[in-house]
Amino acid sequence: MATQQSRSAARLMIAPAVFVLLVWMLIPLCMTLYFSFADYRPLRGVFEAWVGFKNYESFLSSSSFLKAVGTTLWMVAGILSITIIGGILFALLLDQPMFGQGIVRILVIAPFFVMPTVSALVWKNMFFNVDNGLFSYLYQFLGLQPYDFLSQSPLFSIIVIVAWQWLPFATLILLTAVQSLSSEQLEAAEMDGAPALKRFWYIILPHLSRAITVVILIQTIFLLSIFAEIFVTTNGAFGTRTLTYLVYQRVLESQNIGLGSAGGIIAVILANIIAIFLMRIVGKNLDK
Amino acid sequence: MARAITPRKKLMWTVLAWGLGLLIFFPILWTFLTSFKSEATAISDPPVWFFFDWTTENYQAVLERSNYPLALSNSIAIAVGSTLLGIVIAVPAAWAMAFVPGDRTKDVLLWMLSTKMLPAVGVLYPLVLLAKWLGLMDSRLLLIVILMLINLPIIVWMLYTYFREIPGEILEAARMDGASLKDEILYVLTPMAVPGIASTILLNIILAWNEAFWTILLTTVDAAPLTKFIASFSAPEGLFYAKLSAASIMAIAPILIMGWFSQKQLVRGLTFGAVK
Repeated sequence: MATQQSRSAARLMIAPAVFVLLVWMLIPLCMTLYFSFADYRPLRGVFEAWVGFKNYESFLSSSSFLKAVGTTLWMVAGILSITIIGGILFALLLDQPMFGQGIVRILVIAPFFVMPTVSALVWKNMFFNVDNGLFSYLYQFLGLQPYDFLSQSPLFSIIVIVAWQWLPFATLILLTAVQSLSSEQLEAAEMDGAPALKRFWYIILPHLSRAITVVILIQTIFLLSIFAEIFVTTNGAFGTRTLTYLVYQRVLESQNIGLGSAGGIIAVILANIIAIFLMRIVGKNLDK
Repeated sequence: MARAITPRKKLMWTVLAWGLGLLIFFPILWTFLTSFKSEATAISDPPVWFFFDWTTENYQAVLERSNYPLALSNSIAIAVGSTLLGIVIAVPAAWAMAFVPGDRTKDVLLWMLSTKMLPAVGVLYPLVLLAKWLGLMDSRLLLIVILMLINLPIIVWMLYTYFREIPGEILEAARMDGASLKDEILYVLTPMAVPGIASTILLNIILAWNEAFWTILLTTVDAAPLTKFIASFSAPEGLFYAKLSAASIMAIAPILIMGWFSQKQLVRGLTFGAVK
């Protein structure tokens, strides 16, 4: 059906999208690559166009890099485990017969639509604040000493905030997957006397495995670039400096462009390793 | 359903689900309640729940702060502008890939997706530099273009999955009946594509509205949208919980409502068709 003419028309129609994305990817990335090999500190008036791999060496060997990678891994792992486990439980719960299911779904999904700066500030002030936060009242009510979440467990606090934002996403996707599970299979297992836990482990969980993988990969890509939540709560202090935040500070706060650019390239490489896995799954699905 | 559902069981699930659902929703509910309290009530010990003098003074106060209306109009301009610009570029591309697929269509789609995975910090300084060179720092145009580029892969993907569901035979039939390309697009394709385009627009306005990296770092005042406006509350100045709540509710209310309508599209748009 596709004639030569319609083929070239199609190419013409795709061209603008490909062109803008190509420019968007290549020009800034090449500039970052260029700066990553330069010693460029505009505040001190230093500019040397070529210093080889010096920036990479000092970025990779600095203690702040290893710390930032550790923080990033803890943060991503913490958020992923909360959202995946919580998401599975919520998805199974929402699949049960109940009154007002639609409304419960709306309540659970809502946090996803709250902008990051709002959720971070609401949690920071109205829940975590040691003087007036709700958690302090709760602690007092239970007869405990109020706890200063953001300065005593800053990483945990940020994990809670971001997990709250992403739990709806995991729930929604896992619910979609749960609902596509054939009920005959489950009923057969139930009639054969398989207890609920076994049914979950041998039927439901394998069925969800693909959706879980997708949730993990997509969330990881977004979670690696968490920014606003850190920006308005701790500003990177108290061991909450992720790789993204470290690069941001090197580039915009201390204006060490060379060093920051090398860090940026490293962040791009790390993100791409994860992206490859996601692309494989998505690509396989396209063939169907 | 063959399984017998006892009313007792159903009631049990209902109570459990509502309890947990309200727990997840609680921060939003609490912000909503606080926004109608006086500043003194907002931090009263013990906290008050529903029985207080409801007041709208916080909303008035926030509205009178000169920055709020500007931030709101910036948010609208940036979210709507970037989405519509993206649609204009993406519709022809998605249309062509769905109806005239070539050998490399799949590669192009995957490549577009891969641009989405570029971490923003990797290109932070070049964009700051380019924005300064072009004199576009703190301008709506800059953010419209950047957010369009960030979301373009998602827009193309969503449209592609919608368009692919339109049966190609209908187009062939129209062609057989002598419809010109213009007729084909105008009378056959458009009516079938409108729901998909509308959902795509909805989801992308939400994503652009909540974007909080470029909007915070590339604006100061003139083009600062609500994300940045709210971030300015991060340094507390005296009594401000009620006003923070009012500003927050005003920033999230329109998107919350739109979001509830776009639940289904969310799964499709953010998993790139990998979960159905």
